[in-house]
Amino acid sequence: MPKIKLPTKSPHIDMTPMVDLFSVVLMFLMLTATMSQNEPAIVDTPSSISEKPSPNFNTMTLLLSKDDRVFLNFDNGEDTTLKFRPKILTEMGKRYNIEFTETELKEFEKFPSSMGVPMSKMKDFLAIKDAKARAVLETGIPIDSLDNQLADWILFTRQINPNVQACIKGDSKTSYPIVKKVLDIMQEKNVKQFNLVTNLDAVKINLAEIQK
Amino acid sequence: MAEIIQEEKAGAKKKAKKHAPHIDMTPMVDLMCLLITFFMLTSALNKPKIMEIVLPEKQTDPNAVPPKIAASRTMNILLGPDNKIYWYTGNVKPEEYTSLPPVTETDYSPSGIRTLLLERNRALFKKIDNYKNLVITGKLVISQDSLNGSIRQLKKDDDTGPIVLIKAYKKANYGNVVDIFDEMNICGVAHYMLVDITWYEEKMVETAAGIPSTAVVAKK
Repeated sequence: MPKIKLPTKSPHIDMTPMVDLFSVVLMFLMLTATMSQNEPAIVDTPSSISEKPSPNFNTMTLLLSKDDRVFLNFDNGEDTTLKFRPKILTEMGKRYNIEFTETELKEFEKFPSSMGVPMSKMKDFLAIKDAKARAVLETGIPIDSLDNQLADWILFTRQINPNVQACIKGDSKTSYPIVKKVLDIMQEKNVKQFNLVTNLDAVKINLAEIQK
Repeated sequence: MAEIIQEEKAGAKKKAKKHAPHIDMTPMVDLMCLLITFFMLTSALNKPKIMEIVLPEKQTDPNAVPPKIAASRTMNILLGPDNKIYWYTGNVKPEEYTSLPPVTETDYSPSGIRTLLLERNRALFKKIDNYKNLVITGKLVISQDSLNGSIRQLKKDDDTGPIVLIKAYKKANYGNVVDIFDEMNICGVAHYMLVDITWYEEKMVETAAGIPSTAVVAKK
């Protein structure tokens, strides 16, 4: 019996469509994605029906963690061309008699996420490169009435960037007294409008439901 | 001229080797797979949403008279511990401090506080809902902005709905506060405000929740 001869074909598969598709997906992801930042504390935000997206610029975000620490961030980590971060830190330095060097200011400018360091430890904090060692120093910004550094941060942030909007990103388990203290500090500094960062959780109710 | 023709002839002699125009794309695909995976894992796809709240100006003048509000429309919502809500209507008069009025317990579920609020706020809610329906069904053609503006106006004109005073007990958490603001938005309550809890309200929560009293009695 004669053998059936298979036509010798090169085992190539045309990958062009696959590459095309991948390119499109990649482009989409690169353009739409906002990098999820590495926050110093895991925060599980409560949900609401609000559909307004959070602003990207001119914001200061107060992060309230579950263990009652307060962190502060400006403009979602990305610094705008106006370079607010080093200016704010310089002002804070003047207030607490700490002189920051050029490299320290650069380091603070680059710092990508929220920070929660008391001013006394700020120099050490900026000198450390290791993220784990940094996390040890992040004990939260002091908000006591004796040592109210948060109030100064808010004051200088608003002086340097008058258009700044306050956002509060809190864990749903944060105890109310901390929230109240932060709100009080804001009120004292004349910040009356806040944005509470939440997750979207659509709720629909209709008239028939309430008429029964 | 002649030279060029010569060159062409020379080129034609060399028979170009016939190559399949295939380029091996496997490494490229590999790389793209890696990049896609990286972007999918690192990107935050759902952008966080925000809820706007406005707080009143801090009252610095101790002699300022607080605004008068109708007691019959006032609804006090006390955010208690363990995700519980206690509420009462009206206000507590100084002569009632010794025997405080009872509070009703409810929770954050749709059958709890939402029903209560909707019952009280039915007139306004109906107005807003009807208005929205007109827009949805196309009987009224206006932009989203003017719809929001009209709803704001409806809320402003409302004079039958409840005036909700939200007071959080110290054992409440941030999630409770956001939840209750959210309920206000869902039910379209026109007037609500986050205010400080008073000592007698703390006491009322403590009695209702059965926890030992820590409230400091303010001397009048």
